[in-house]
Amino acid sequence: MNTITPSRSAAPPARAGFAHLLHAEWTKFRTVRGWVIAVIVAVLVTVLLGLFQGSHSHVAPCTTGPNGPACHYVIPAGPGGESVTDTFYFVHRPLAGDGTITVRVTSLTEVAESSQTLNGRPVSTKPAVVPWSKAGLIITAGSGQGSAYAAVLVTGSHGTRMQWNYTGDTAGLAGRVSAASPRWLRLTRAGDVITGYDSAGGTSWTKIGAVTLPGLAPTVQAGLFATSPGYAQQTSQQITSASGTAAPTDATATFGRVGMHGGWPGSSWTGTSVHGGPDSPYVTGHEAGYRQAGSAFTVTGSGDIAPDVTDGVPIDVLLAGLFIALITVLVVGAQFMTAEYRPGLIRVTLAASPRRGRALAAKAIVLGAVTFAAGLAGAAAAVLIGIPLLRASGNPVYPATALTEVRVIAGTAALAAVFAVLALALGAILRHGAGAVTVVITAVILPYLLTAAIPVLPAGAADWVLRVTPAAGFAIRQVIPAYPQVAASYTPSSDYFPLAPWAGFAVSCAWAALALALAAHFLRRRDA
Amino acid sequence: MRGSLYAEWTKLRTLASTCWLLLATAALTVAVSAAAAAAVRCPSGGCADDPAKISLTGIYLGQAVVAVLAVMAVSGEYGTGMIRLTLAATPRRLIALAAKAAVLTGLILVTGTIAVFASLLAGALILPGHGIGPSHGYPAISASDGPVLRAAAGSVLYLALIALLSLGAATALREAAAAIGAVLGLLYLFPIIAVFTGNASLSRHLEQIAPMTAGLAIQATTGLNTLPISPWAGLGVLAAWAAGALVLGGMLLRSRDA
Repeated sequence: MNTITPSRSAAPPARAGFAHLLHAEWTKFRTVRGWVIAVIVAVLVTVLLGLFQGSHSHVAPCTTGPNGPACHYVIPAGPGGESVTDTFYFVHRPLAGDGTITVRVTSLTEVAESSQTLNGRPVSTKPAVVPWSKAGLIITAGSGQGSAYAAVLVTGSHGTRMQWNYTGDTAGLAGRVSAASPRWLRLTRAGDVITGYDSAGGTSWTKIGAVTLPGLAPTVQAGLFATSPGYAQQTSQQITSASGTAAPTDATATFGRVGMHGGWPGSSWTGTSVHGGPDSPYVTGHEAGYRQAGSAFTVTGSGDIAPDVTDGVPIDVLLAGLFIALITVLVVGAQFMTAEYRPGLIRVTLAASPRRGRALAAKAIVLGAVTFAAGLAGAAAAVLIGIPLLRASGNPVYPATALTEVRVIAGTAALAAVFAVLALALGAILRHGAGAVTVVITAVILPYLLTAAIPVLPAGAADWVLRVTPAAGFAIRQVIPAYPQVAASYTPSSDYFPLAPWAGFAVSCAWAALALALAAHFLRRRDA
Repeated sequence: MRGSLYAEWTKLRTLASTCWLLLATAALTVAVSAAAAAAVRCPSGGCADDPAKISLTGIYLGQAVVAVLAVMAVSGEYGTGMIRLTLAATPRRLIALAAKAAVLTGLILVTGTIAVFASLLAGALILPGHGIGPSHGYPAISASDGPVLRAAAGSVLYLALIALLSLGAATALREAAAAIGAVLGLLYLFPIIAVFTGNASLSRHLEQIAPMTAGLAIQATTGLNTLPISPWAGLGVLAAWAAGALVLGGMLLRSRDA
């Protein structure tokens, strides 16, 4: 059996040796003018495209009012600072201090605007099932949009739920409400704590949840509500921008046996349509409102009380230039390795550092550090200058926490570094510059292109591609989270990734680590 | 010219990598096309899918291999110093470039035809089983259908134009890794940037001038009125890019030392 023994230096390895190695690789990098220029260009492109995006994006629907075109478009913010949708019909009265409200819901029906039009106006409405239509009891800090609230509600096809402060959601009884199977709902306020119950018969109650709304004023508004989000129909697996049709919907709920205990100072109910701006979201020909007969109510409303995932510019659009920078970095990364082979420099490098794995490690560290630093500078400048520019040009910016901003900026820079190291490792494996660049670009950019930019792959296949290819790491850029209680198109082409940001990043890292291990193996086994 | 053609043909033919890259072009194109066709599901019918276009998805990957082949035809000579011999044998440098372009185009046309028709055949066999076939109201994928023939012939021409674009870029940039990076960046980046602009008219303009999105408009057989650019005009845009790259490469080849 033949074993190949790699040549090894007889000199004992010194600790200081690695620092020398790093210095040697850094010197090799910075003395090649083309690479330094390429990195500087990459940073400049990232920043400039960020500034361009910031000043040229126009996503806000501008309206022409009496004072000329206006583009102010304010997305209400919830108690947690997240942007929210808060549009519904509210039949309410004040609740001073602690108290309880109980109601029986016997029906919830929705209509959608028909997509057929006559002279630009819809010709009819049609019954529809809107999975996340909502009706029930709500206790809210006020009737302004974005107020803190807690609610128990029945939905179109997700059963009874307790929801609070837009993002909170807990399931109660399953099943759709009907006259034969009514749902009883109850909300109890005790100080800052609101507890929600449901019941099928009105006698035995089940607690769904208790939530704390910090700093809730002594007097709040409480009562009945109904709302129904726009109806989105997906006509194809092959998601294209034109395949989804959306139509306004509204929901009508029948309530009975309204019972109250505790501090209810008023004596009559008030109906309020909670919405922002002058546009009514209602289906043409239908009016929001309520009818009361004794303790029975019929309430019709449209909209949603939920986190907003469709409006607002996510900050990652400011990092479009990063894709251009990435190509530059991938070419430099591959060349940093393959350039060693052409003039035979590799023989000098390996003679100076006979432990070949260490030479590769030094290269990877220098390349990764340079790329990360350059990426960080470019991404931070693009985002931090781009956000005020976006606001100045009238675009609502999707609110991101500082932590999310740091994750998007630093994560994007780290991703560029990981991809550069992947290119370096492929360069060592293939020992061919053009081959390494082609493989790394088709492994990193092409999957993103085919799933997110021009979605030619069907949604299910696209999700798998973004789970297993190195392109999974682009998840680190996702700004708007996906919420199970909001029906939206959560596909890569709408900027939603199948993996969580750091999980996707880990997949990319695993690919780079695998490639580095293979590269070290081949470097040791092969003659240089 | 005939001598140059023969020389270029001999150089390309005798490289082991040429054969492998041509095989890879065909194999990857067909494999990705078949995988894309197998991944489509349209159980209830009525999907806005274009059967021919799905069957030709592999072109997105196949073009990268074509680009490598074309880049290496030039940059390989610079890497080994062969280019000095080539230009000594053919002092009229544009003739040498033209001969390279002609030989390369011929090879790609043959390989592309095989890859495209095999992809369409795979699509025609796989798609009807996934709800996209004549029994669901979709046009059958057959070469006698005008739009399908246009998509097929256009895709072959698309690959040949990508080869010419890459050849021009490699002649201008000389260094293989930089040239392939530039070509793939040019092809893949436009649509990504177009999506990020968040500005519908700007995004449409970018798709009209981008070599890949404009060039691949030729693959559409349905929904032609929603395309950013009409099929043949789109292929013309790619041809303009390829011609521009060749002219730039030719000018630099004439004026620079090898």
